[in-house]
Amino acid sequence: MQDEKTGGVPIRTVKSFLSKIPSVVSGTDIVQWLMKNLCIDDTAEAIHLGSLIAAHGYFFPISDHVLTLKDDGTFYRFQSPYFWPSNCWEPENTDYAIYLCKRTMQNKARLELADYEAENLARLQRAFARKWEFIFMQAEAQVKIDRKKDKVERKILDSQERAFWDVHRPVPGCVNTTEMDIRKCRRERNPHRVRKSVYGVTDETQAQNPANTTQTARKPTREDVQKEISFLNTQLDRHCIKMSKVADSLMGYTEQFMEYDPLVSSPEPSNPWISDDATYWDLEASKDPNQHRVKKWGFSLDEALRDPAGREQFLKFLESEFSSENLRFWLAVQDLKRQPLQDVATRAQEIWQEFLAEGAPSSINLDSHSYEVTSQNIKDPGRFSFEDAQEHIFKLMKSDSYSRFLRSSIYQDLLLARKKPESEQGRRTSLEKFTRSVVTCVHFTHVPLFPGEVVNRKASHWPNAVLLTRRGWWTAGVRR
Amino acid sequence: MGEMEQLRKEAESLKDQITAARKAVADATLPDTVSSTAVVGRVQLKTRKTLRGHLAKIYAMHWATDAKLCVSASQDGKLIVWDTLTTNKVNAIPLKSSWVMTCAYAPSGNMVACGGLDNMCSIYNLKGKDGNVKVMRELAAHTGYLSCCRFLSDSEIITSSGDCTCLLWDIETGTQKTTFAGHLGDCMSLAVPGDFKTFVSGACDFTAKLWDIRDSNCTHTFSGHESDVNAIAFFPNGNAVITGSDDATCKLFDLRSDQELITYQDSSIMCGVTSIAPSLSGRLILAGYDDFNVNIWDSLKAERVGVLAGHDNRVSCIGVSTDGMACCTGSWDSFLPSFSFKGQDNVMRLCKQNKQQYL
Repeated sequence: MQDEKTGGVPIRTVKSFLSKIPSVVSGTDIVQWLMKNLCIDDTAEAIHLGSLIAAHGYFFPISDHVLTLKDDGTFYRFQSPYFWPSNCWEPENTDYAIYLCKRTMQNKARLELADYEAENLARLQRAFARKWEFIFMQAEAQVKIDRKKDKVERKILDSQERAFWDVHRPVPGCVNTTEMDIRKCRRERNPHRVRKSVYGVTDETQAQNPANTTQTARKPTREDVQKEISFLNTQLDRHCIKMSKVADSLMGYTEQFMEYDPLVSSPEPSNPWISDDATYWDLEASKDPNQHRVKKWGFSLDEALRDPAGREQFLKFLESEFSSENLRFWLAVQDLKRQPLQDVATRAQEIWQEFLAEGAPSSINLDSHSYEVTSQNIKDPGRFSFEDAQEHIFKLMKSDSYSRFLRSSIYQDLLLARKKPESEQGRRTSLEKFTRSVVTCVHFTHVPLFPGEVVNRKASHWPNAVLLTRRGWWTAGVRR
Repeated sequence: MGEMEQLRKEAESLKDQITAARKAVADATLPDTVSSTAVVGRVQLKTRKTLRGHLAKIYAMHWATDAKLCVSASQDGKLIVWDTLTTNKVNAIPLKSSWVMTCAYAPSGNMVACGGLDNMCSIYNLKGKDGNVKVMRELAAHTGYLSCCRFLSDSEIITSSGDCTCLLWDIETGTQKTTFAGHLGDCMSLAVPGDFKTFVSGACDFTAKLWDIRDSNCTHTFSGHESDVNAIAFFPNGNAVITGSDDATCKLFDLRSDQELITYQDSSIMCGVTSIAPSLSGRLILAGYDDFNVNIWDSLKAERVGVLAGHDNRVSCIGVSTDGMACCTGSWDSFLPSFSFKGQDNVMRLCKQNKQQYL
């Protein structure tokens, strides 16, 4: 924590006005000193650092409760080491009550309580109603001690004491630097915590703070160590990639995406936050992607699939190659993972029927191992039943179809923003429509495929059937 | 006792082997590799919008996937959904327990979740039939405070807690599906990557762990920090993790080489990191600190390239929108009034790119 690490900030240059205001420094002087001695170039940073130091209570403005540093002639005084936060004070409310009470006893205009202090005092009086007499007596004792001191010294001490309380009981609306994140409060963060009272008051009735019970760590059992060993073994067996490769890939990734990173490069046509013009967002959301967006699809299959327009185009391409079942399967499985639990089983069965079962209309190309695993999984259908299959299909698409997609005219046209003549487009789409209708109607027959490929499955199940593949649209036996 | 000793020795020797193996793979360091890359240049972000409305410390915020809405949670007992463009409050949801520590926006935009000292994760349906936002589910099973929660979909959510575990819940039934136990200290935060197959958690045992969601195993543990890991996030490529800790440093860990790549630290920074977020390309890392600033790091060169200094108190949360356009910070701010009993005014600032960086 900052207070412990910066305890003892070595600011020694102090100008003293020997007239009415003893032992003060002007704000500008502090800022200058900080900049010179800590090699800070920026005044704002010096002020920020100074304000932090003030907020923690190492020096304070003499005529203000608010603990910040200003770069002007305002006067500041250094806190006495007794009150430094590095002494790990955590003063109790009884001390605060004594302090406020003491202030009311001293009949001086400058020691009058501020509004918030008066409210605090009233609250404390209610809280400590029973021991108020004790507190009152302590306050009186403190006043007596103070009276014995030298006038000037007392002025300084009073201001330092006030500053101390400004840190620990801050003005409402001010930063409370002693505040801790409540998540960390449970543990004994501060072993040096000073439990004594600021005014030397011993009070046995002060309850033990429950927040300070230390958590004793559980002693590791044999099972713990065995678990650790098996974990370490897995870690050891894991194949690690060389750092150089990793560093290269990181560099490559960031370089590739930097032009798409709005915090690094200005987006086209303009950053909506700066120009208040939402065109950029409209372009991103439109179905007609611009070249910039299309280029991103070329980075990886993931990127292409992330963009809805990219998915659409890739699907179109695959349909032209009659292998759209792969992507459709992949999309269906992604959707399955988002379904509510009650629908998962039915959806999973549907997917199985559509893509994997014997005689499936959109059968996909799976290796026998994945097929085995998946058919096992489907007996107890869940969100991740098709995980293996999905990964396999994704790899397939990535290594095969995706690279062809990037070379295809569908993609290239978009990338280079080539416009096609209307007639040619018309022809292509009608041809596609025709072939699409043909493919979906195919059923498996016992007629051998030509020139299609036969997928090797456990032949025992399907003696005579052959499965449709993406090349095999010339099946004999196209029916319906 | 002999057996324990043997087991311990075995564990130690394995650890040594692993350290040696990691060293063998460390044929280059990131700083060396990127020495020829151009520096990113000073990044200056300006505050574009300030979202005012919370009355107490803001503990958490999360962007929606549409990059326009975001949700924030504050200890005044409110969860506010903001339209960041207009700075209007779309929803102001009163909470049962004001000690909220985290909030999350579902990817679909239909739900938000929050939790804190009540040890529960409360899920609110934003698209209710009559337009009112109501509690949909209260997920209670943790024995410690809820430090972070993230949706995987409208039906699943992961929570991390001060009881040292993380849980995967099914929202429909309101029951826990998987427990991820292994941390030795309070889990402080978690992050989910794009493929939703794994997640990482950072904890007060100074480590970060990567978990496989399906089989609930911890596959990687990253140590190296010298204090609590407060914040954690995935690098955009999904293969690396960035963490922020109370030891005033942020670290980049790579999953494939299973070790730390680089540390982001500076001798002038002595306070803990509370929150962390990468920019869209990952080249910039924004981290919020206890000294009220947000530092922007060049992730490859490990140099500070910018500072966002607009808050008056600890920066408690930070988030970069999904399209990378804007970054939003929330803090324990107080607005300093003239001495009247006004109470606290906490602000969230949205900062976007001001102008082109210059080399």
